[in-house]
Amino acid sequence: MAAEFVSTGSRRRGFWLMLPSLLWMLGLLIIPLGLVLVVSFGRRDTDGNVIYTFTLDNYLRLIGFSRTYPCGSTPPPCFDPLYLTILWRSIVLGLQTTLLTILIGYPLAYFIARAPASRRNVYLFLVLVPLWTNFVIRLYAWIIILRTQGVLNTVLGWLAGLVNLPFQPLEMLYTPGAVLLGMVYEFLPFMILPIYTSLEKINPSLYEAAADLGANTWRTLWRVIIPLSMPGIVAGTILVFVPVMGTFIVSDILGGRQVILVGNLIQRQFLDARDPAFGSAASIILMVLTLAITLYYTRRFGFGEEITSA
Amino acid sequence: MKYAIEMRNVSKRFTTAAGTEVVAVDNVTLEILDGEFFSLLGPSGCGKTTSLRMIAGFELPTAGEIYIHGKPMDATPPNKRPVNTVFQNYALFPHMTIGQNVAFGLEMERLPRAEITRRVGEALELVRLSGYENRKPHQLSGGQQQRVALARALVKRPEVLLLDEPLGALDLKLRKEMQLELKKLQREVGITFVYVTHDQEEALTMSDRIAVMNGGRVLQVGTAAEIYERPVNRFVADFIGETNFLKGTVVMATDEPDRYLVRLEGGAMLMASCEHPLQPGQQVVVAIRPEKMHLNGSRRFGPYADNHVHIPGRVQEIVYIGTDTHYDVALEAGPIVRVREQNSGVFSPRLALLGEAVSVSFDAAVARILVD
Ligand SMILES: Nc1ncnc2c1ncn2[C@@H]1O[C@H](COP(=O)(O)OP(=O)(O)O)[C@@H](O)[C@H]1O
Ligand SMILES: [Mg+2]
Repeated sequence: MAAEFVSTGSRRRGFWLMLPSLLWMLGLLIIPLGLVLVVSFGRRDTDGNVIYTFTLDNYLRLIGFSRTYPCGSTPPPCFDPLYLTILWRSIVLGLQTTLLTILIGYPLAYFIARAPASRRNVYLFLVLVPLWTNFVIRLYAWIIILRTQGVLNTVLGWLAGLVNLPFQPLEMLYTPGAVLLGMVYEFLPFMILPIYTSLEKINPSLYEAAADLGANTWRTLWRVIIPLSMPGIVAGTILVFVPVMGTFIVSDILGGRQVILVGNLIQRQFLDARDPAFGSAASIILMVLTLAITLYYTRRFGFGEEITSA
Repeated sequence: MKYAIEMRNVSKRFTTAAGTEVVAVDNVTLEILDGEFFSLLGPSGCGKTTSLRMIAGFELPTAGEIYIHGKPMDATPPNKRPVNTVFQNYALFPHMTIGQNVAFGLEMERLPRAEITRRVGEALELVRLSGYENRKPHQLSGGQQQRVALARALVKRPEVLLLDEPLGALDLKLRKEMQLELKKLQREVGITFVYVTHDQEEALTMSDRIAVMNGGRVLQVGTAAEIYERPVNRFVADFIGETNFLKGTVVMATDEPDRYLVRLEGGAMLMASCEHPLQPGQQVVVAIRPEKMHLNGSRRFGPYADNHVHIPGRVQEIVYIGTDTHYDVALEAGPIVRVREQNSGVFSPRLALLGEAVSVSFDAAVARILVD
């Protein structure tokens, strides 16, 4: 009797405790997403208002088949791969950023996890410090470094001067490279932290066991440590890949008009081109793509699959 | 004589996070013979693990030199030493199957696949785990994981196997089984075992020789019988088995070498041996094992001989434990001693009543004079 009472009571209390987050999800995720989905099948009138109908025009235009808009000088219906190129560029950039953050973040996380306990917190603190300054301000700092008369070119010019070489300032800003650099810089902490967490959970005697059985540092890493830290790599990949696919600020600031990503496309449809229907369709496509890639990836490598360390 | 392991004046000092210095191992010199089952025995924190880790190469000595089969190890890394370790928590690779765990060490030697498969099979058979190749470590019981750890180390055919409290996590029954199994295994494979334990019974039953450690130092090295029968100091006598300590004063040296006349607290006199030179008037303790003492009361009088020492007292506690009965006797001079009488009769009655005035006696030859 008593046990039953407690369990019903706690179940009821569980519901009330969950209610705020349920309302939050409903109000800020499900309803807006539903609206975006509805709008994405609509059409834009000449004043930029949404006409609610059911048309696949927006989606067709995204994959290249324009029925109502001219493709450059060709009148519709016509084929224009512009948006496909943008989607492709976003995916490639997302993958590049993820790969680079793994390549840079893993050694850093490993270094922190293997440092003496007293120093680990200092290193973690240093990883987090940049996040205290506003995102946009930090990206502007990169402009100062990368632009034609920027810090980097000045230093390179001075070095070239020392050895009497002719020096032509490099065009670094507003290139895909600059955007990639900004993305890696921006999202690196989100790769380091989950990898660190999973490395820290590895029983230190496993390093010793591997060495004892004849493995050097590299083979220990390949055969034991990296496989055991896969959950951290997977979590970091999701934390980096998903936001990189959607962000528009980095490409806006460091890519100028040269590097347009899906994020920029969506932002412009809502703010400049005033075509929310097309912007919504692009958002949905972005979401589906991101979800599909992440799902494939987590299926392939397992998501946070807890490997109990003996 | 060939030594599997030699430690020459090895010390290890650690600096803790707080900045203080800890001497974990203090000037240890040990010679471990080829093929023997050698135990490092001592209470927690006495430096056993640190000694073992220095042999394995996980720690480097602050001072001194370690030789494995005559070769100085200096800073040789663990993966280049001809020894393997069975870790206390087993340290099995959780993402690998049992077969992969055992094969790991052979893959590191880049042996041909066929040979690896054959040797893994043999090793698993040796520890009676054939058929478990494809299980993951977490699917095995503690005792089975223990045996995988053993197979993983033995499959490498090391010259020396290092074991750090390998049975520490097992329950008592399994522990006893594994003790016998390990001992048998060691005899079969003929590899030198260096076995760390804080369990004196375990060390006594399994080892060819034992080094008793305390505070980073080796106090005594010898066979189980040597250490039990002739402990060199009070710590060893107390740590290995049970011992009664009686305070006394040296009266004089006798004509026989190493034998002294000692007056015990309460006045009893006895002649006992001591390897250290003693001076008349020196304070000493006399150690006698409970099973070497006898109880003399109203119901029975123990064996009698001229050289037996009798000390009066009163029975304070009687504990029947099946094989033996323990009598705790408060001596008139103050200390409480334990007398252990074997229950070898058809029906073993109590030899005395609670509170009864009795005497305890022992053959003076079994008493040992200890200085510290
Ligand atoms: N890495 C270390 N840093 C500081 N002190 C240590 C370290 N390892 C062991 N010690 C200290 O050295 C002493 C011996 O430890 P250990 O060899 O583990 O003892 P045992 O295995 O006999 O219990 C202990 O006082 C322990 O606190
Ligand atoms: Mg230990």
